[in-house]
Amino acid sequence: MHLNDLARLLRLRRALFAHPLLLIGIVLLSLSAVGCGADDDALVVYSGRSETLVQPVMDQFEDLTGIEVKVKYGATAELAATLLEEGDGTPADVFFAQDPGGLGAVEGMLSPLPAELIGGVPGWARSPSGLWVGVSGRARVLVYNPDRLSPTELPDDIWDLTDPKWKGRLGWAPTNGSFLTMVTGMRMLWGEEKTRGWIEGIVANDPRTYPKNTPQVQAVADGEIDIGMPNHYYLYRFLAEHGEDFSARNYHTPAGGPGALVMVAGAGVLRESDNKEAAERFIDFLLSAVAQQYFAGQTFEYPLVEGVKTNRLLTPLDEINQPTIPLASLSDLSGTTDLLRSAGALP
Amino acid sequence: MTFQDATGSQNNLGRYRPPLFVWLPASLVALLVLLPPVYLGVRTFTAYEAAWDLLANTRTLAIVGRSLLLVILVTAVSAVLGVSLAWLTVRTDLPLRRVFAVATALPLVIPSYVFALLVVVALGPRGMLQGWLEPLGVDRLPEIFGLPGAVLSLSLLSYPYVLLPVRAALHGVDPAMEEAARGLGRGAMATFATVTLPLIRPAVVAGGLLAALYTLSDFGAVSLLRYQTFTWAIFIQYQTAFDRTAAAGLSLTLVGLALSLVVLESRTRGRAVHYRVTPGMVRRRIPISLGRWRWPALLYVATVCGVALLAPLGILLFWVVRGVSAGEPLALLWSNTLSSVTVSLGAAALAALAGMPIAVLVVRFPSQVASALSRLTFVGFALPGVAVALAFVFFATAVLPIVYQTALLLLLAYLVLFLPASVGAIESSLRQLSPRLEEAARGLGRTPAQAFRSVTAPLLMRGILAGAALVFLLVMKELPATLILSPLGFQTLATSVWGAASEAFFARAAMPALMLVLTASVPMAFLVTREGR
Repeated sequence: MHLNDLARLLRLRRALFAHPLLLIGIVLLSLSAVGCGADDDALVVYSGRSETLVQPVMDQFEDLTGIEVKVKYGATAELAATLLEEGDGTPADVFFAQDPGGLGAVEGMLSPLPAELIGGVPGWARSPSGLWVGVSGRARVLVYNPDRLSPTELPDDIWDLTDPKWKGRLGWAPTNGSFLTMVTGMRMLWGEEKTRGWIEGIVANDPRTYPKNTPQVQAVADGEIDIGMPNHYYLYRFLAEHGEDFSARNYHTPAGGPGALVMVAGAGVLRESDNKEAAERFIDFLLSAVAQQYFAGQTFEYPLVEGVKTNRLLTPLDEINQPTIPLASLSDLSGTTDLLRSAGALP
Repeated sequence: MTFQDATGSQNNLGRYRPPLFVWLPASLVALLVLLPPVYLGVRTFTAYEAAWDLLANTRTLAIVGRSLLLVILVTAVSAVLGVSLAWLTVRTDLPLRRVFAVATALPLVIPSYVFALLVVVALGPRGMLQGWLEPLGVDRLPEIFGLPGAVLSLSLLSYPYVLLPVRAALHGVDPAMEEAARGLGRGAMATFATVTLPLIRPAVVAGGLLAALYTLSDFGAVSLLRYQTFTWAIFIQYQTAFDRTAAAGLSLTLVGLALSLVVLESRTRGRAVHYRVTPGMVRRRIPISLGRWRWPALLYVATVCGVALLAPLGILLFWVVRGVSAGEPLALLWSNTLSSVTVSLGAAALAALAGMPIAVLVVRFPSQVASALSRLTFVGFALPGVAVALAFVFFATAVLPIVYQTALLLLLAYLVLFLPASVGAIESSLRQLSPRLEEAARGLGRTPAQAFRSVTAPLLMRGILAGAALVFLLVMKELPATLILSPLGFQTLATSVWGAASEAFFARAAMPALMLVLTASVPMAFLVTREGR
């Protein structure tokens, strides 16, 4: 080979890296490697509950029924916004949400579930029109640091946290979905004025604001705050990972009220689903003893159907002084955020 | 060698209209980057009163102020870190500088929510550091939450935006200029200040802009470190009220804020044009001897790497070990790694393809339209990923349902989010090339397309690869758009990290986070070892 040809060849190879055709090739290769979407028979679930927690349930359902399940995981609020943008064009069959607020936001897109399917779930934990059903229960609790406080020093009612003696000792996550639902419940139980008084009282106590529940529980164990207001199950995950000397414990306010509200993660079937039969079988499976046992044992939540035992680490549901309001009535989220905003808890 | 001012006629191609292969792809990209602002406009003006109420709120104004304060501090710290580290690792005889060249760029790949979580764990009032200092009587560390923690985290995560273009610019600077200054009796510092710094100024400012916009768009770090910024407020609207209107109104304001930063950048970049006609380096550059500053410099670089990279990796490794010893299965997540790499490569190639025509348009055919287009590309970079993703959901389901939840749509969203990283790198390479080269090719009878392919593109290699590598890294850690737009069942390393960390399963989150950093270091090492040639 002539020396000039060799030089040209070498230059050519260098140029190749930036050659548009090569770049187009990489793009196409990437597209084909990812492949696209599910086939039409697959059940499409949008899950606001994380993969770590619910993928085993999906797998079991697949094994049991042979129906392929395709899941889109995300945060409940973002998935709800996605569903609303998709509108009737949504590919989703089922929406599995962290909290009733997420389900309420897309209620207009859900189709009623058959009564025999959801009849086993207590009335407070499902939509009265059957648009969605609670799958597992989650209790609002106070989490405290046992090295710094004994249960006897803790308040009977969540209202008592407005006492100035708690100034600088509290933490909360006012943007968390469960917290917002609790405040909605508070408005129903206490009325607007008392609820505003509670929010202002807490704000006056200078609480530390957390983006969500996990860092709140961590902060209690670290002694950064004395009391936090999360859901009950985060603690057990920390205990499982860090062991018994993790310095945080749950406390259910004995006087009941909004501080003792029990909420649910729930699911609904999309009206535009072209796979309703499989979708309803999926809901049925979530309410089966197998899946309920999984939620009780592995995610430390409360089972919602008869005959499934609550995890022995948890305070049984009937020992919690749970207020009697149906969760479906807690849908006025914008009223709650308006109130929190005007009381200075949210921007 | 040419060294002249833009006020002169620097560009004889300017009187030609841009050829089809430049303006057609550039207009397609323009259409694409316009989607998010158009969507936000639609959402806002369907209920603009509510959106306006929220904006006029005094609290919102305070949040704008807080965001700007954070942006200014992070950009300043990033510029100092980025320029000093680039200079030390490119130009001097710093020990282990090849290793540090890779290591100093890597913090870029750590997702901000992971980094912030680690900052809290390590430096929180009762964090790991406090635990070690406990025997010394340290009961509580000073508050890390709020501004200090946010500045610390975001500066360490975004200085690579400055570092990478400055490295490329330093390599492109003709050593003859600095040698002339030295020959005329200037010291090393004076030469750096009067010769090198003006030459790399466009790169510093362009990198600073990316750092600023990244800071503006970040949610992960500011939420965990509890510093309330504009993007935080946008997320709160989505999260608390499922309120897309208010969120869109705030996002539009963020677009305005970002565009003012972009305009500010083009004002501060400087008008001078510097390029050489000779494409390659004539001879090897002689590293500047640090002399007695060698060890302090090493200590400085090692400290930055230690805090920004080794400490986070150490904690992640500690979590993996603790998890495994507690019986957690050790999953290596090869398929997630493969997914991450596949989409990141595709997006990097797409960004290189889309970046070239825009860079050529801006540099070789300057006009109002061209500069407006290049400014628009920054919009996606400054917006929170959720807003961009929802815009794609909105348009795809309404107009082109066939592409919805396909990899194609995902790649296009990545393009809108990260295009400026690619355009910026190509643009600064192109500015160092004299248009005379293309003119010569044209004079020898090549068409504009042939001239670009045979002369310009090969010489732009360094810029194209640098931009592509940056996009690759950004896509590796991207989360919100990936969650919303990816094909069903598609999982990346970033989504696994998020899925586990959001439920406090730190041991399970640590493994994918480690794999994310390790995988990302491969293209970074490739880039750094090649860039000097």
